[in-house]
Amino acid sequence: MIRVCPLADLARGEAKRLDLDPAVAIFHTEDGEVLAIDDTCTHQDASLADGWLEGCEVECPLHSSKFDLRTGQVDAPPAKRPVRTHQVTITDGDIYLTIASEQPNAPAGVDVEAGP
Amino acid sequence: MKTVAVVGGSLAGLSAARALRKQGFDGAVTIVSDESRPPYDRPPLSKSFLAGATTEAEIALLVDGEDLGADWRTGVTATRLDPRGRRVELSDGSALAVDGLVIATGARPRRPWPRMPAGVHVLRTLDDALGLRARLFAGARLVVVGAGFIGAEVASTAHGLGVDVTVIEAAPTPLSGPLGIDIGAVVSALHADHGVRLLSGVGVASLVGEAQIEGVELTDGRTIAADAVLLGVGVQPNVEWLTGSGLPLTGGVQCDSYGATGIPNVVAVGDCATWYDRELGAHHRIEHWTAARERGAIAVSSLLSGGTERVEGRPPYFWSDQYGRTLQVAGHTRGAESATVEEGSVQDRDFLAVYRRGGEPVAVVALGHGRSFMRWRKQLARRAVSVPPSALSR
Ligand SMILES: Cc1cc2nc3c(=O)[nH]c(=O)nc-3n(C[C@H](O)[C@H](O)[C@H](O)COP(=O)(O)OP(=O)(O)OC[C@H]3O[C@@H](n4cnc5c(N)ncnc54)[C@H](O)[C@@H]3O)c2cc1C
Ligand code: FES
Repeated sequence: MIRVCPLADLARGEAKRLDLDPAVAIFHTEDGEVLAIDDTCTHQDASLADGWLEGCEVECPLHSSKFDLRTGQVDAPPAKRPVRTHQVTITDGDIYLTIASEQPNAPAGVDVEAGP
Repeated sequence: MKTVAVVGGSLAGLSAARALRKQGFDGAVTIVSDESRPPYDRPPLSKSFLAGATTEAEIALLVDGEDLGADWRTGVTATRLDPRGRRVELSDGSALAVDGLVIATGARPRRPWPRMPAGVHVLRTLDDALGLRARLFAGARLVVVGAGFIGAEVASTAHGLGVDVTVIEAAPTPLSGPLGIDIGAVVSALHADHGVRLLSGVGVASLVGEAQIEGVELTDGRTIAADAVLLGVGVQPNVEWLTGSGLPLTGGVQCDSYGATGIPNVVAVGDCATWYDRELGAHHRIEHWTAARERGAIAVSSLLSGGTERVEGRPPYFWSDQYGRTLQVAGHTRGAESATVEEGSVQDRDFLAVYRRGGEPVAVVALGHGRSFMRWRKQLARRAVSVPPSALSR
């Protein structure tokens, strides 16, 4: 389990990219849910933390495929494979993350690794 | 409404068909496509697919197992629409009787020279891409006519394959139309950065070569030798088949701001359609991917509600990938009075520029700066919904 940051540091409607390997995106929805998925889109190398958050879906900033933050499922191509979802817990006002154990669906040609 | 036909089975048509089902239409859907292949994504045709790095399966637009409950009529062209919008005639001699129609016939490349020797290519279809790819080997000489987005992307991809590329652009500053003089110049400077020759302010007078292309003759008298030529000089909407339907077709199928045409129960979407844009105060045909994908649902709402349901769209958005960089553009750069670089620097080819009119942001253009770009894009969307239409009709 990874301690991310105080919940107070992630406003509703905002997202944060964690430079893990592979990178993770954490979202605080307008409804107050905190949800985490792999940050890299499964289509190409886009950061979903930079995406368009609406309800509990995030739209890829490049080519508009939408990922459900709760299930990781994607609505329609160009992305075709789901992202992994990670478990988030809030304890004493801090956000904690448990990384999923399955393999990530990295896009072709993109090495999933930490760093810019 | 019991039967709906979608004419054109690519991005806009497929998005509309998906929207029909998503919005609860359970009647018969027929999708007419003059292509014999299942729908595929076009943007990779000038990028990874042209480079041979992406397969046909990867660019398929249908997901494995996706079932729209539609009757696909592939390899068939719609040839006529009756003025009531109830009967679509097809090239195989049959006709469809429909209650509703979605026109999504897209656009095709302009071919300024009717005679095209072997080696002269346009790029719209998967077969076009395969044909062009076969010419792109290291050391081959490619002349790209037109430094717009398609031309620039093909130049970039071909350069990456070791092809010797020359780009010819008639306008003094490439992309000055879509991006404005300053930013257009920066983006087109990417060619020079990578050692691709860009000749601007000069037109192509003629194609040289009989059976096989040998070069292009420029309007200043020079001749540039070529093994292959790509014509990237714009597209025109596929609307000729609608002549006789009574629909106004100037600049594309003319629609209101929600995809409705002059015929009730007929909507149009994607590259073939010119929707009324309230911010511009004019009809405007968008020939970019995102509009084709997201406006399908808006047009279908109009169709199924008989025009009473009006779903507001977002400001236009598109991207272009060149030389490993992604250019992103949102809003309308046309009509802007100023463009200021707000982040990064144009010298570094890494910037975000905001376009304003009357002090208000109307567009944002970025190379890099994805996170800020999204903030600006959302801000443009908020403005678009918060400004009453009357305030925009200037
Ligand atoms: C090489 C290339 C790269 C691109 N890159 C980008 C990019 O990076 N970013 C971006 O935003 N946009 C890009 N675009 C533009 C984007 O692909 C188009 O905006 C999009 O394809 C429009 O979709 P559409 O369904 O409206 O039209 P189309 O994709 O043109 O589809 C129309 C379909 O209708 C069929 N048709 C036409 N007439 C008839 C008829 N009478 N009967 C039956 N069927 C008919 C056509 O054959 C075609 O299959 C690119 C386009 C190309 C060609
Ligand atoms: S990179 Fe996300 S949809 Fe293309």
